[in-house]
Amino acid sequence: MKPAPFEYLAPRTVPEAVSLLARHGEEAKLLAGGQSLVPLMNMRLARPRRVIDLNRTQGLAYIREVNGALRIGGMTRQATLERSPVIGGRCPLLPEALALVGHPAIRSRGTIGGSLAHADPAAELPAAIAALDGQITATGPRGERTLPATSFFLGVLTTALAPDEVLTEIALPALPPRTGTCFLEVARRHGDFALVGVAVVVSRRSDGACGHARLVFCGVGPTPVRVARAEALVSGRRPDAAVFAAVEGLVRETLQPDGDLHASADYRREVAGVVARRALTTAWSRTNHG
Amino acid sequence: MATSGTRPRAVGRPVKRVEDGRLLAGQGRFVDDLHLPRMVHAAFVRSPHAHARVRHVSVSRALALPGVVAVLTADEAARLCHPWRGILTDYVGMKTALQYPLALDKVRYVGEPVVAVAAADRYVAEDACDLVEVEYETLPAVVDPEAAMRPGTPLIHEELGDNVIYRGGFDKGEVDQAFARAHRVYRDRFVVGRQTCVALEPRSLVAAYEPREGSLSVWISSQVPHMMQAIFARILGLPEQKIRVVAPDVGGSFGLKIHCYSDDVAACLLAMRLGRPVKWIADRLESFATDIHCREHLVDVEAAVSADGTVLGLRSRAITGVGPWSCYPRSSVVEGNQVIRLLTGPYRIRNYKAELNVVAQNKALMSQYRAVGHPIASMVMESMLDRAARDLQLDPVEIRRRNLVRRDELPYTTAFGYVFESGSYLESLELALDKGGYARWREEQARGRREGRHLGIGLSCFIELTAPGSFYGSGGAPISAQDSATVRVEPGGTVTALIGVTNQGQGAHTAFAQIIADQLGVSVEDVNVMSGDTALVPYGGGTSGSRGAVLGAGASILACRAVAEKVRRIAGHLLEAAPDDVELRDGKVSVRGAPDRSLTLADIGFRVYYQSDKLPRDLEPSLEATAHYTPARPITWANGVHMVVVEVDVETGLVKILRYVTVEDCGPMINPALVAEQVRGAVVQGIGSTLYEHVVYDAEGQLLTRTLMDYLVPGAAEMPDIEVHHLETPSPFTLGGFKGIAEAGTAGAPGAILNAVNDALAPFGVRLTRQPITPDLIRSALRQAPALNRDGRR
Ligand SMILES: Cc1cc2nc3c(=O)[nH]c(=O)nc-3n(C[C@H](O)[C@H](O)[C@H](O)COP(=O)(O)OP(=O)(O)OC[C@H]3O[C@@H](n4cnc5c(N)ncnc54)[C@H](O)[C@@H]3O)c2cc1C
Repeated sequence: MKPAPFEYLAPRTVPEAVSLLARHGEEAKLLAGGQSLVPLMNMRLARPRRVIDLNRTQGLAYIREVNGALRIGGMTRQATLERSPVIGGRCPLLPEALALVGHPAIRSRGTIGGSLAHADPAAELPAAIAALDGQITATGPRGERTLPATSFFLGVLTTALAPDEVLTEIALPALPPRTGTCFLEVARRHGDFALVGVAVVVSRRSDGACGHARLVFCGVGPTPVRVARAEALVSGRRPDAAVFAAVEGLVRETLQPDGDLHASADYRREVAGVVARRALTTAWSRTNHG
Repeated sequence: MATSGTRPRAVGRPVKRVEDGRLLAGQGRFVDDLHLPRMVHAAFVRSPHAHARVRHVSVSRALALPGVVAVLTADEAARLCHPWRGILTDYVGMKTALQYPLALDKVRYVGEPVVAVAAADRYVAEDACDLVEVEYETLPAVVDPEAAMRPGTPLIHEELGDNVIYRGGFDKGEVDQAFARAHRVYRDRFVVGRQTCVALEPRSLVAAYEPREGSLSVWISSQVPHMMQAIFARILGLPEQKIRVVAPDVGGSFGLKIHCYSDDVAACLLAMRLGRPVKWIADRLESFATDIHCREHLVDVEAAVSADGTVLGLRSRAITGVGPWSCYPRSSVVEGNQVIRLLTGPYRIRNYKAELNVVAQNKALMSQYRAVGHPIASMVMESMLDRAARDLQLDPVEIRRRNLVRRDELPYTTAFGYVFESGSYLESLELALDKGGYARWREEQARGRREGRHLGIGLSCFIELTAPGSFYGSGGAPISAQDSATVRVEPGGTVTALIGVTNQGQGAHTAFAQIIADQLGVSVEDVNVMSGDTALVPYGGGTSGSRGAVLGAGASILACRAVAEKVRRIAGHLLEAAPDDVELRDGKVSVRGAPDRSLTLADIGFRVYYQSDKLPRDLEPSLEATAHYTPARPITWANGVHMVVVEVDVETGLVKILRYVTVEDCGPMINPALVAEQVRGAVVQGIGSTLYEHVVYDAEGQLLTRTLMDYLVPGAAEMPDIEVHHLETPSPFTLGGFKGIAEAGTAGAPGAILNAVNDALAPFGVRLTRQPITPDLIRSALRQAPALNRDGRR
């Protein structure tokens, strides 16, 4: 379990990182927290010729609040986000999701950019960022571009990032007032990747009905899966137990997950409905405080 | 005789582990911490196929890589050593093929070593493995144990004629009559998944050969240094006195580290060929693919039960899939045999017929893991009792009370022929019910059901086979039935002890220090215990089968008695008293009734070691003795009861353990804290077996669970508080009355947890007979349940 030989490069600036990437292209891999890349290299499933370490690159780790919106640097550690009062205040969905990502030791090293760029279909953060209508900024030789999280994830471990681009920032728009959120998942053990997880964002309008609604799942498809029909079902209504149950049924009928070693497709479909109902119920109850 | 003095005796107290300071400070010395001059590192080319012919191997590119010092092929390895065969002759009719260090003509499981490489470091060694070219012709894999037995199935070893390694069984009492008399007959099939041991420290070895002396030193993470010395001697063709085996600190073992592994032999061959030390440390991928696996069983069982819940008779048919070879030297037939032999547990079941098939498959080798056979036997029996109780509308406690062996029936001989001399079967059950709050939990369960919460309560009453005083040796294996201790009073009056039993996390050194301290009347801190080095300690059997405490204590007591006798004779001479009037206590040696006539052990030490010329010639100038001990009976039976309360989330299939209470009876406790931690660790492994751990191969024999992400061991969050209570029924036949404890938790947990889950699911008409119990298994059972709507909800 030792990696194949590779060359190690440690750029100090983003432009330097980008130009190294541009020079080495597919032969190179960026190293962030290393919590996904290093195991893959140790098992020789990934054999990059060059490893470009972002840990010494300036200006990639930050949390900024601008008019209620959040800007998060790609190299921000998961543990930093989890403990940040700004994030906790503005976006409690993130710490709730982060608490389910592996274990504290992993989150101390792992980064938000790494998790999004790695794009594991069962990972919590991609679903959470998608549910928050996050925007992802990539920086490459042609400059910066920003795309919505929903079009960032293309497939299993595949994103819209070009081989010469660095994921530099995640932007989260301000949430409407009286928004409630909930991240809920079912995993075999604490800290495991989710068998099924869901990120829910719902807002209570002044008339007491639900306005904005987002339901995004992890573990049930190649990318985070948004179920817009379920969102439409709650939006515009005063949701109650009957509505939550209807969402459960709809989710179960809509999703087409695959089975694997840890759970069958049937299991994931059913339990996606259950976590949707439970998370929605909780998120809605939290709109009272939001 | 040593007597108890004014100081509280060490034995029986929760003395802190003498090992901990160093280990907790990260100052443990494990095999991987050893760095020898000129040392090189081994890595292996391993089979990617479950079953294939090896057509061609080309190593020239690997040899050409800078840093590579040797490449060992299978032909060469076979020429350099004697192959081995995992047969125990007392299992009549068993057969298995010869094993070689590297795959010769065929590969027979994924991960089997094919070529060994030695290089300057492990990185280069793995690079070189990538450059070895092996051409395979794949063959159909034999994966399913039932299919393995069918005629026409491909043969794993053509020369053996079929894939059956062993067929056995017995028929005791009047089984057919019992079934004819039965009020009800219950039939079930239990399916138990494969598991593996997952020690924190993987298998590790450093081998160093001195060609001019012809001597080999092997540092190995092992439970059994003397056994390794014996088998290395046989396989490598070296005389035993030229082989030194050292097990330094060992980071967990659980039965993993008591076998002969082909990669260990190959690493030794590399060291011998090179005349340079070779290090090989298994990585986690290698561990999952090549450590012994355990527990793959199918058990068909029938129970004949009377209207009052008395179990009149049993029939069982077990099939165990053990991989391509029976493991050397302990074999792979013991686990299956323990399943059928132990199935009747602590219950009075006189009529019992059992059948066992042990079959070969294209999977990793299977052998002994903590609580060999016990958890399966117990789970099957306990589940059948619950089924009968439910059908007969008896409380699960009541059916157990009616069938448990009572104290006044001891000694009791089981249907198979085991003899229980002492035990507390009913008493343990009553204590567990009391401490666990059984009646209160039944009320809580009823309340929960009204509120849509699904609690379940599970019990298991079990026996534990401990301290075997005879076992493998009678089948011809070089495995010691005795154990040993050398005890020496040093010149300054402190004590050094060299023990044949090994230490791998269980706190053995602390336990023996306590025993020796009491025997010689010194404090625990004044005793230093060492183990694990064949050049240092007297011949012993190491650790396995819950033998360490019983055999090590016995040997220590005998050695201390001999030393105390020497002390008394010398002190008697110096104090002008009869030796019998001399007593050892509080570090002093004094004349009984005349405390002012006393010497310290240091006074005596000085006289014996430095002024022995002043002692009478008939007094041997020695304060040292070695003793060896074999328990008087072949088995010392311990027993216990677990009570578990779980809550099942019927919508997700997740199981949460709300309460875990155990009662253990291992006789007098040397150290209650060590006993409790043995129980807790073992229970967690039992929880792993029941709810999480599963080695999965696909239909082609590919190993799917290759990492700790896929093979799930319980972590801190999955461990409930485990409450441990004790009864202390001494064995009449062991020194000190001690019984083993190490495996009890693992033995008892699966039955109790399975019963608790089934109890929770009973309102749905669901009963599971499979392990591990995954959320998916629970959901799919609920989905198919009769008494239920489609959602699996109330
Ligand atoms: C035991 C264990 C348990 C885990 N459990 C979970 C879990 O439950 N849920 C979960 O979501 N994750 C889990 N993880 C993964 C963890 O969250 C990782 O931190 C995360 O997937 C990757 O982040 P990283 O910073 O470590 O990235 P790395 O491993 O360094 O990189 C991952 C990939 O992303 C690329 N990359 C990284 N940063 C950038 C960037 N800024 N721009 C472009 N590409 C980039 C790398 O080139 C690489 O291909 C677990 C990991 C371990 C070891």
